[in-house]
Amino acid sequence: MTAPGADATLLISAELSKRIGACVMVDHARIALRRGTVHALVGENGAGKSTLVKIISGVMRADTGTLTLDGKALEVASWDRKAARAAGIGIVQQHGASAETLSVVENAMLGVEPLRGPLLDLASDADRLRSLGARIGLPIDPWAESGRLPLGAAQRAEIVAALHHGAKLLILDEPTAVLAPIEVDGLLQTLRTLAAAGMTIVLVTHKLDEVRAVADDVTVLRAGQTVATFTATADDARLDVAAIARAMVGVDLPRPPRVDAPAADARPVLSLTGVTVGGALHALDLTVRAGEIVGVAGVDGNGQREIALAIAGLTKLRAGEVRIAGQDVTRSSPAERLALGLAHIPEDRHHGGLWLDATIADNLALGRRDLTGRFRIDRARVRAHADAQIAELDIRPADPHAIVRALSGGNQQKVVIGRELSRQRLAVVVAAQPTRGVDLGAILRIHDRLRAAATSGAGVLVISADLDELLTLCHRIVVVLRGKIAGERGGSALQEAGARNALGALMTGVEAA
Amino acid sequence: MTGVDRTAPPSGGAAGPGHTPVVDAPPGASLGSRLAHRFRATGARRELQAALIALLASIAIGSLLMLIAGKAPGHIWWAMITRTASDPYSLGQVLYKATALVLTGLSVSIALDAGLFNIGAEGQLTAGVLGCAMVGAALPPATPAVIAIPICVLAAAAAGALVGGLIGVLRVTRGAHEVITSIMLNAIVSGFALYLGNRVIFRGGTTRGGAIADGAQLPQLGFGGSSANAAILIAILAAAAVWWLRAQTTWGQAWRAVGESPAAARTTGTSVGRVQIVVMIGSGALAGLAACNFVMGHKHAFEEGLGRGTGILGISAALLGRMHPIGIVVAALVIGFLQAGGLAVADLVPKELTEMLLGVVVLAVAAAGPYVRRAEARA
Repeated sequence: MTAPGADATLLISAELSKRIGACVMVDHARIALRRGTVHALVGENGAGKSTLVKIISGVMRADTGTLTLDGKALEVASWDRKAARAAGIGIVQQHGASAETLSVVENAMLGVEPLRGPLLDLASDADRLRSLGARIGLPIDPWAESGRLPLGAAQRAEIVAALHHGAKLLILDEPTAVLAPIEVDGLLQTLRTLAAAGMTIVLVTHKLDEVRAVADDVTVLRAGQTVATFTATADDARLDVAAIARAMVGVDLPRPPRVDAPAADARPVLSLTGVTVGGALHALDLTVRAGEIVGVAGVDGNGQREIALAIAGLTKLRAGEVRIAGQDVTRSSPAERLALGLAHIPEDRHHGGLWLDATIADNLALGRRDLTGRFRIDRARVRAHADAQIAELDIRPADPHAIVRALSGGNQQKVVIGRELSRQRLAVVVAAQPTRGVDLGAILRIHDRLRAAATSGAGVLVISADLDELLTLCHRIVVVLRGKIAGERGGSALQEAGARNALGALMTGVEAA
Repeated sequence: MTGVDRTAPPSGGAAGPGHTPVVDAPPGASLGSRLAHRFRATGARRELQAALIALLASIAIGSLLMLIAGKAPGHIWWAMITRTASDPYSLGQVLYKATALVLTGLSVSIALDAGLFNIGAEGQLTAGVLGCAMVGAALPPATPAVIAIPICVLAAAAAGALVGGLIGVLRVTRGAHEVITSIMLNAIVSGFALYLGNRVIFRGGTTRGGAIADGAQLPQLGFGGSSANAAILIAILAAAAVWWLRAQTTWGQAWRAVGESPAAARTTGTSVGRVQIVVMIGSGALAGLAACNFVMGHKHAFEEGLGRGTGILGISAALLGRMHPIGIVVAALVIGFLQAGGLAVADLVPKELTEMLLGVVVLAVAAAGPYVRRAEARA
């Protein structure tokens, strides 16, 4: 550990440990933050990134460890949010922390409400929030109701509020997960500007292109421990992203094999014709052929969710037709569609994907009458299926009886994938956000399984907010904008350098297709 | 508590280093150690802990109530146990009360498994009493038992199922909350029973209807002339059937998945509404079956207020039994003991005190839930 006052450039140095239940979240994790830098904290899911920043910002308390701020050692046992706030540490958490029915300014001033006599006086703070936001390139409306804001705007409001309270250290926990590419660029730009003005910023992420774009320093966590640190030096400003990736997963990343696109006359296995879902989809047409992987890109909330629900039979169509494996299923129940060879990976594994309080084995067989039998459950068969999927997807813990709620996000997602992609006679796979909030190792396995499904002749529809994911996986990408297909790119055009920008432009409606 | 209150675990997960996965017992382990392992792995131990803590807390609070009433708790508890245990009649009454409580407890528990809080077991039981007694009385007096008993049992179950099913249909098709509809149906059914009683059933100036056919009467179990009767077999069979359905069949799995994770059930192809209606029919049928204990096993006729309170106490039995069929059997015996034992010491403490004790038990069970969740978080 650095002795107090030894290095005046250090804002914070810490070495912290925290257990939750039997699980060690961070284990002597070290981090040192230099003033005026953007510090990227990277690692796979469950590596302890969120826990570490929650401890530093006083949201969560460490079990043991040391925490030094401005050269002064702090008492970790009594370090709480109030103390951290007073010390100028602001945090924007992964899932937001706003009271949804209050306005942006009310949320910002929660607990420190300015009074004039006995009355609340928010007007001057609202004005200052507005002008502060405009100055740093994060425009906000202080009187908007927080719960009604899009995720990106809500996040901007939280950042501006933290700065308004005089934060000198701003911690952002996976801020870009909810943003469109163009918004991400804007945010990263702002972070650089703030750092240049002397602010210290911690960016928690697992996207390495963001790290390369903005970070001065990088701390890599793996399994709760600091495994590597990197610093961008003046003469070699580019960080070695490959080395960071290796440190994150502990192995070199294999290059995924590409799956050949099917012949142009391959039969369509999924077709949507004129599908209209109240307020969300407007006469949408979409076809996926056998062996094809089609991506659906778009800014969150442009109808992607409803496309998946319409195919799975979980929402009412106002008009249009859905065909699976050649059969009209417009009026069929979800069960009938699954029986035709549909696999549906819902966008939210906690809401629709998993029975959280049941075991891995039961989740892997949920609704799968082909495994459980029609009435009396065939335990041996369910168990054998679980063992096979656990081995194939490297689900941890490798215990079929483990309760799914206790698993990390990546392992939970593998359970959903294992159940859906092991269906017999797979014809159509609808994968909504298949790797959201999932670590690199799991992403590779999930992508492998989706490619394998296509190779075996299924049509795969991947809906993802992550354009890079679609670019690595898909033969063809369609972009949805306000419930319609705004355009598509396929074939060799996807491999060109400009593909990303062209799709990004379509997503934001800048360019008509 | 299934389907009522669930606290999200801390974010993150348990797959980090240092996490000790629940591993299978070694293959060569004895049956005993395998059962013990399963007991630990399934959380049955914590359920048992919760029930025991609740029971101990109830005894402590009950003792306090006795002190306030100016009695010596030790003396009264001892008298309650020894008088009940040494008196065959009291023991028989414990079984008589427990028989009905097992059935209403199971009724509440399977609905709760499917995420529905059926507090209408009371009304479903009343419907069962009405159906069972009217069908029984309508049978020719000479109907043999092999015909009369199944018919009356089915009538009790069907009448309860009708009311339970109505709650399910209203919930699924109209979105009417089952707590509201079941409270209202309790009032409607008891009013309807009284109306029907006054109009057609009650015999001249009494609140008692005509006797059921002799063949429909269930044999008594003796126990010093107590009301304990062969309906206890129905309760045992029902508990075994519910246990088997829950643990071993796709039905039981579907109804628990619907209760704990309706969205996951729906995406994997289960019709949530259909499951909820079927479970409510089953729940109503179980509550209705409790009528066999009262009508066929004891009173042999429709009586105003027969079995009253058993449906509500069934909620206590389900909660104290932690929603598990075996737990519910034990809980029904405990509650039956408090009821019968309360009468046995009626000369020492006011009857109201033992009634309060039943309420204390339920409060204690509800309050023990958070303790168990904390213990799970620590483990």
